[in-house]
Amino acid sequence: MNNRSTSYSIWFIALFVALLLAILLNISSGSVAIPFQATLKALFGGEIGTPSWKYIILEYRLPKAITAMLVGGGLAVSGLLMQTLFRNPLAGPFVLGISSGASLGAALLLMGGSVLSGFAAFELINDVSLAIASSLGSFLVLAVVMLVANRIKDTMALLIIGLMFGSITAAIVSVLAYFSDAEQLQRFIFWSYGSVGSLSWSQVLLLTSIVFIGLLISTLSLKNLNAFLLGENYAKSLGVALKKSRLMIIIATGLLAGGITAFAGPIAFVGLAVPHLTRQLFKTMEHRILLPAVFLYGAILMLLCDTIAQLPNSASVLPINAITSIVGAPVVIWLLIRKRKMIF
Amino acid sequence: MKKTPPTIAVKELAIGYKSAVIAAHINFDLNAGGLCAIVGVNGIGKSTLLRTLGKVQPKLSGTIKINGKELSSYKTLALASQISVVLTEPIASKNLTVLELIALGRLPYTNWLGTLTQQDKRQIENCLQQLDLKDLQHKKCHELSDGQLQRVLIARAMAQDTPLILLDEPTTHLDLYHKVQILKLLKQLAKTYQKTVLFTTHEIDLAIQLCDKILILDGIENPFGQPCELIESGSFEQLFPADMIIFDALTGSFKVKK
Repeated sequence: MNNRSTSYSIWFIALFVALLLAILLNISSGSVAIPFQATLKALFGGEIGTPSWKYIILEYRLPKAITAMLVGGGLAVSGLLMQTLFRNPLAGPFVLGISSGASLGAALLLMGGSVLSGFAAFELINDVSLAIASSLGSFLVLAVVMLVANRIKDTMALLIIGLMFGSITAAIVSVLAYFSDAEQLQRFIFWSYGSVGSLSWSQVLLLTSIVFIGLLISTLSLKNLNAFLLGENYAKSLGVALKKSRLMIIIATGLLAGGITAFAGPIAFVGLAVPHLTRQLFKTMEHRILLPAVFLYGAILMLLCDTIAQLPNSASVLPINAITSIVGAPVVIWLLIRKRKMIF
Repeated sequence: MKKTPPTIAVKELAIGYKSAVIAAHINFDLNAGGLCAIVGVNGIGKSTLLRTLGKVQPKLSGTIKINGKELSSYKTLALASQISVVLTEPIASKNLTVLELIALGRLPYTNWLGTLTQQDKRQIENCLQQLDLKDLQHKKCHELSDGQLQRVLIARAMAQDTPLILLDEPTTHLDLYHKVQILKLLKQLAKTYQKTVLFTTHEIDLAIQLCDKILILDGIENPFGQPCELIESGSFEQLFPADMIIFDALTGSFKVKK
């Protein structure tokens, strides 16, 4: 047992170092080439010759790096919660349609205005309302999926239902798109590509608070999450208040997935893939170890994906969804082929 | 000195669902250290009875008293230190290691984070030793054989350290050797630690040889008593339709009708 805990601490130290390196790499690369030393100076309050560099680093790249960490870590944690709650290795915010729900909320807010009223729409749209709308959207889908999951125990059926939710929301979104004007449509399309950039410091602060609350509720649920690994009847026999603890986990998941999707758009596969990648390092199911590990791993992965998406030293930026899918989809295929027994 | 109440006392219990009573007039009580089997034909309500006793589903009428207190008046957490269960449903995550799974048995006693104290660890260690699982402790559950997994689940119930342990068909899917192994183990645990162990089974022959008491669910009187009493009163004869098998009272086993 001692050997194991030391090997866990070594991995945690390794993840921390990797995170620091990933942050530095992420901040020091971008469309404008800024020397590494100048980046460090700007970060730690030194004076550098070119003021525009300092502005780019402090007002653009640093909030972007923090957003990437929150988005990657938060989505990964929400994936972990869902896999335990649904007893399903392929659960995740994107696959189960939770992100689609958030998209629907966002679409109704961004484009629905023109369909419904046409005027006050623009007044309504700000960061807070966008966050609320997409969180509500994810809660709605999560609740429906939960209801269905109670009736259907079959893993595959649940995933297909998640996919169908994705189709339904896509259909509603396209109807909305048909009736909305070009500017609103463009706003939604850009949002749906997913992006961790372009958040102001106040938006980053709001996102941080949402992710913090989500993580706090997850932390309070750690013991119950472990009990859920045995199944609900066993959990109940161990003294877990089923309804209350299930509700807490759902709220945490909805806050994390919904809040993050509001600010960064629907990001594919991070929530599903990261918990599995983490379990390759930490061979345990203990949530007290997995939760922080999954957060760190998700943060690192998202920073790296964002670094690649920036295409360093070029003016163009790839949609971050493209990168996360290239990383995430093979993980799903690997899961289906190598772990056919669907053990999680 | 005040007489200690039986670990479990059941009076005129009716079980089932709102729409249909599955079994009624169930009466029995068990004291500490007793090993009792529930037998009966398929669909007579053995599992339903066990689920009702474990408060997984509500009873229809009658009383169930656990250590003198009515089952329904226990809070979920308080009940977790009275009754532990081994169910037929598979555990949700077979990726748990043996040690992790057994440690989950200590959950009702740990703080909000689930931190194990020295005492918890001693208890887990003891369970590992008692059930001969030391060598398997770092294995994942999906790597175990059915018999080993059953032993791990029993160890988890032992770690929960409750006066009453309920097991739903602990011997299904096992070969004869491992069936006997599990039942002897249950008997030993009941005697050594003064636990009350109640389980459903189809192994009537083995139950007659090993159990202190047997409850026969037959849908009418549901006789309960020591195996020899039940044999004398001819209760086993009525268990199955007589066209295929007959009960041999001399050997205490069923024979195929030739």
